[in-house]
Amino acid sequence: MNSSSNLINALFIFVLAGFIGFEVIRRVSPLLHTPLMSLTNALDAIAVVGAIVLVGEHKSTLATVFGFIAVVAATSNIVGGFLITDRMLKMFKSSRPAAKPAANSVAK
Amino acid sequence: MTAELGATQLIIELLYLIASVLFILSLKWMSSPTTAQHSVWAGEIGMVLAIGGTLLNRGMNYRLIAIALVLGTIIGVPLGRVAMTAVPQRTALSHAFGALCVTLVGSAEFYLRTPDISRFMMAVLSLEVILGGLTITGSLMAAGKLQEILPQRPLTYKGQNLVNFLLLAVALGIAVFLVLHPEAKSLFPFMVLIALAFGVLLIIPIGGADMPTVISLLNGYAGLSAAAMGFVLNNKLLIIAGALDGSSGLILSIIMSKAMNRSFTNVLFGAFGQVQTSAAAGEEARPVRSATPEEAAAILSAANRVIIVPGYGMAVAQAQHKVRELYDALTKRGVDVRFAIHPVAGRMPGHMNVLLAEADIPYDRLIEMDEINSDFPQTDVALVIGANDVTNPAARSDASSPIYGMPILDVDKAHTVMVIKRSMNPGFAGIDNPLYYLPNTLMLFGDAKAFVGSIVRELSGGHG
Repeated sequence: MNSSSNLINALFIFVLAGFIGFEVIRRVSPLLHTPLMSLTNALDAIAVVGAIVLVGEHKSTLATVFGFIAVVAATSNIVGGFLITDRMLKMFKSSRPAAKPAANSVAK
Repeated sequence: MTAELGATQLIIELLYLIASVLFILSLKWMSSPTTAQHSVWAGEIGMVLAIGGTLLNRGMNYRLIAIALVLGTIIGVPLGRVAMTAVPQRTALSHAFGALCVTLVGSAEFYLRTPDISRFMMAVLSLEVILGGLTITGSLMAAGKLQEILPQRPLTYKGQNLVNFLLLAVALGIAVFLVLHPEAKSLFPFMVLIALAFGVLLIIPIGGADMPTVISLLNGYAGLSAAAMGFVLNNKLLIIAGALDGSSGLILSIIMSKAMNRSFTNVLFGAFGQVQTSAAAGEEARPVRSATPEEAAAILSAANRVIIVPGYGMAVAQAQHKVRELYDALTKRGVDVRFAIHPVAGRMPGHMNVLLAEADIPYDRLIEMDEINSDFPQTDVALVIGANDVTNPAARSDASSPIYGMPILDVDKAHTVMVIKRSMNPGFAGIDNPLYYLPNTLMLFGDAKAFVGSIVRELSGGHG
């Protein structure tokens, strides 16, 4: 078994993804911290793939039952998370297109 | 096994790779509201590809999977349609769901594999279910407090931290034992149960004002447990998504605890209620000046620059739409109106921004604390709506105050400060706010929504 090399690969991926995450999230506008949280929540629900495999392979009753509940929980996060993130992001509007009549429109 | 992938396996891995890229892009586009519109579809496509790829695995029971997916969708849709004021508790609830998924999968994997589990795998699996377990109950408790099913007041008792610490130590002890003896199946449920109990006890002493930090922290835990699950399943996509979510949660908790001038450990292990001894004593009889809606409207319409400081009270009173009317009325009169957003205003990171955006206030009028603080001395009126501690000047000057050192919005430096508040009662934290006794402060007593409504009526009726 090359499980130890798998482990090292996994550690590399984890550390590098953590760095990317840190750099990307640091730049997220504080305006959007609430949608950020619901978005990461939806993305995190990718755990559903592990649960799907559990249900699909049906290795034991316990695993199938646990997997089934896990798929339901994760799917509700995916659907609900993307829905509400989309709703929130659509609410953020700039005043620029609407603010034409302002006196200082000559500047900039 | 990794050396020779079958064709299907290769396709699945490639789809996972594309999904990983899309997830990272999705987060990258959140850097500004203009690009953020792409975030959702990138995430959705990534998700569809990943789930589709997973379904390519051969010999699966598709019927059961389909039922579960449909059920999840049925639960998910209403959770995506909640009112914006309910977003903090919805978020907490979804952390619980995510952690539930991870914990269940971890438990199932344990029973499938034991006793044939390598030590490292068992350690990661224990981490997965302990983090997952405490996130389930912790998030449910947080959601309960936010929904006001549970008392929002921090509950503390003697030796609380000792009890929590011992519980965690026992859970970790079991984990270590299982790493050495993975065949000891009967111990596994105890480890999970203790983690669940620990989650409850961890949140009991936490009050409403600390919720932004706690929600962020639970977000981070949920992410880390998902990453641990990725290690267990040797699923790279899961490791990446978990690492992204984990770093997001941790960064947000760092921002939040900095904004309260408190450390993680202090938020988690030192309930706010324990410190309040100094303030209330000899200062009850100080005079405050109050004003009527008419007077407030007159002062506002005479101003050139107004900064509105919203807080949780605005959310509770659902006053954001009335605030929007006030913004419109004042802007029409040529008053420059901006909003000052403290990072921990409200009950979760960014809470105020979402509520004000919902009320159609343009996001370029919502200014972060660090950017706007220097403008208060040149501001005619600072109007505080339902915010308390984040405006308390004692944080700057009074070393004995429990919030001393916390960065605040310097509203007291404005020419006139108006504070809409129900009464002189101090908030949950019970900290006296000297702002209310300043000579340039006017108290506007009443419900935030009703009071702002009457100011708007005065402004439009009083003819401009």
